[in-house]
Amino acid sequence: MLETLDAVKETAIKRRDFLRSVGGGVLVLFTLGEVDAQESGRGGHRGSGNEQLPEDLAAWLHIGPDGAITAFTGKVEVGQNIRTSLTQAVADELRCTPGMVKLIMGDTALTPWDMGTFGSRTTPTMAPILREMAGTAREALAESAAQRWGVKRDEISFDKGCLIGPSGKKLTFGELASKLDWAKTIGQKDSATPADKWIIGGTSVPKVGAREIVTGRHRYPSDQKLPGMLYGRVLRPPSFGAKLTSVDTSAAAAVPGVTVVHDGDFVGVAAANEQLANKTIELIQAKWQETPQISAKDLFAYIKKNGEQSGSAPETQHKSTYTVAYIAHTPLEPRAAVATWSGGKLTVWTGTQRPFGVREELAQAFNLSQADVHVLMPDTGSAYGGKHSGECAVEAARLAKGAGEPVKLIWTREEEFTWAYFRPAGVIEVASGVDRDGRLTSWDFRNNMSGPAGLESPYTAGNEFIHFYPVDSPLREGSYRGLASTANHFARESHIDELAAAAGTDPLAFRLKNLKNDRVRAVLEAAAERFDWPKRKASSNRGFGLACGMDKGGFVACCAEVSITPDRNLRVEHVVEAWDSGAIVNPEHLKNQVEGAIVMGLGGALFEAIDFADGRILNDRFSKYRVPRFSDVPKIDVVLIDRKDVPSAGAGEIPLVGIAPAIANAVYSATKIRIRSMPILPAFQASA
Amino acid sequence: MDLAINGVRKRVDTDPERPLLWVLRNELDLIGAKFGCGEGQCGACTVLIDGVAQRSCITPVGAAVGKQITTIEGLADGDRVHPVQSAFIECDAMQCGYCTAGMILSTVALLRQNGSPSEAEIKQGLEGNVCRCGTYNRIVDAVQRAAKTMTSEAKEPRHA
Repeated sequence: MLETLDAVKETAIKRRDFLRSVGGGVLVLFTLGEVDAQESGRGGHRGSGNEQLPEDLAAWLHIGPDGAITAFTGKVEVGQNIRTSLTQAVADELRCTPGMVKLIMGDTALTPWDMGTFGSRTTPTMAPILREMAGTAREALAESAAQRWGVKRDEISFDKGCLIGPSGKKLTFGELASKLDWAKTIGQKDSATPADKWIIGGTSVPKVGAREIVTGRHRYPSDQKLPGMLYGRVLRPPSFGAKLTSVDTSAAAAVPGVTVVHDGDFVGVAAANEQLANKTIELIQAKWQETPQISAKDLFAYIKKNGEQSGSAPETQHKSTYTVAYIAHTPLEPRAAVATWSGGKLTVWTGTQRPFGVREELAQAFNLSQADVHVLMPDTGSAYGGKHSGECAVEAARLAKGAGEPVKLIWTREEEFTWAYFRPAGVIEVASGVDRDGRLTSWDFRNNMSGPAGLESPYTAGNEFIHFYPVDSPLREGSYRGLASTANHFARESHIDELAAAAGTDPLAFRLKNLKNDRVRAVLEAAAERFDWPKRKASSNRGFGLACGMDKGGFVACCAEVSITPDRNLRVEHVVEAWDSGAIVNPEHLKNQVEGAIVMGLGGALFEAIDFADGRILNDRFSKYRVPRFSDVPKIDVVLIDRKDVPSAGAGEIPLVGIAPAIANAVYSATKIRIRSMPILPAFQASA
Repeated sequence: MDLAINGVRKRVDTDPERPLLWVLRNELDLIGAKFGCGEGQCGACTVLIDGVAQRSCITPVGAAVGKQITTIEGLADGDRVHPVQSAFIECDAMQCGYCTAGMILSTVALLRQNGSPSEAEIKQGLEGNVCRCGTYNRIVDAVQRAAKTMTSEAKEPRHA
């Protein structure tokens, strides 16, 4: 196997040497930069064969002399099923079965640099790259077979990893690849098979690795184990912003089998087992200097004070303010890392959406060159935008360095709730005007603090002012599935509903009248039809609401049926969601993502909120922070719209944004109570 | 102390108060049971003790001595996976899969009690298991599918 890509670059290895280092066969490299060379092959007649590896590799693909097909990408799998969808892309172009393709993902030594797996970017960017590479390899194999058999390329067909000639002659990928010994660098050339010609793309290929999961054999980051490995715990401050003023570690250090590591504000222990680590961390006496922190009760006043009030254009008739709380990602697998040092080099297994970002964090923390840090990302127990950072990896590496042995660190649930980061809270001010015909005439929309994602309105409004105002967040904030699209859709779609109600118009009719985006219109009509919207009439204990929107190439419409009990409990009974993200790659997995996004969105819509005071998280565990469970989940119908004429967009995030406003609008339809804050349930119960 | 895990006797020298989860994972390298919360609230650590689903993160290992412990690693019969395991694959009842072992073992315990549970009974029986990816409805489908398979297999047992 090759050394590492970094070693390859440092020694200025040539493409042919790279090919040799992977054992020959067929090698295709994809660069985002200039393609300065054609190809390298035996005899060198196709090129000089000495070209440097391109600097900005995006991915590479190898077909070994044994026929093994391996694609290398820095993207990572956290449950969104891109290991499956990217495998489909490669298999489709190579006209082979998905089971013949292996993906190496998120390994900083083997895969090219990648910014990270977020923003719904894998499907629109990495899948086409893998398709281009696999298609290039396919054509190289086909041309080689054609030459060998003295036939035309068009006469060659493919069957399960074999090339078939016109007379029924047959060669396996491995037989051809071993003879070919050929490498090529390519760039974007838009030669990928179009969606209407896909064979494996567009079908419900089962999840790659599902059998390992159901048998418990898959090793997540927290399951990694090394010989002689110790177990770590880290001393945490009592509150955000607290500074360590003095620490006495003598009692902990006296425990046999324990190493105490103290470096600045960092204090931790590494012990022979987790129980000893847990007991020993309690023996450390520390004094902290705490600083005043903003508490949840003052949050929205703080944001309003530091943000922007809504404008008041002359034609403004409606003004409302919407708020969203901080929420936590709570991936079921908390942050985890296993770190080991060898000869001044560091290797870390960790669950992260940015393995290369974590490599950089580690290199900085320990003053290493990035080539001396190796980060591996085993398929991880979810992330939802919550695992961009490498704190746990740095801590594990610090402990391993101090202990001189490999160390595993798994954050406790309380640590995950407290020391990770949150989806930002926000205050959104909306002011609007509607003419006598029920058409929007002005739209003034100001998001304070929660973020700019999904700000763009799908409606026509003569006079538009849409702006995001950043505010310093009292809690550590970061990415979250869908980012601020959820908050912005909640505000926009709630406000549109208010306008419809004020105009005495049906919410569906009002939207259809004002929508300018045709794909939003199409999903809205599809969802309303499946939901049988015109026949759904609200009563005092049952409401119906809808919402629609768009972001990141996805178009969504959501209809919700909500029941209301006499004790003011809310239950979502039925959801219909229509979704369009272009050409469908895997219908079953897409449906699964949409359903999962609705369930996750339901938590933030109804009851999830981080409670905090004086720099402490008050609900830092599952017994205090409610997440959706079986009993919370409605009947869900998903309507997928397959646009084979449009490139596939990502679908892990935006199906989440419709559910909160649909619920709020349903509550209004039944009770005439307008809830303008997320989560909705506590606000509704307080409105009595 | 002696533990009977997946039909095999294992000797472990450890504090009887130590949670079973960590003995399984760190002493015996049975990593199928997952850590999710440490307070018995999420079900990721579920194992069967004498056929009953238990939260191994809050079960002292001493309490499992003399009992039959089944972890996800012990569910398949050689290469033949358990009908509940196949049903989870067939229904695509997972995304990240971190909750899956706990869901499957909770399901096995549920189906021992009730061979053909209704949707409401399934939801009630699995309420203590969290799937943050939100595949709950698929899990309900998988449980129903497994129940059907197991009922028909019980009627017509496969020949060995």
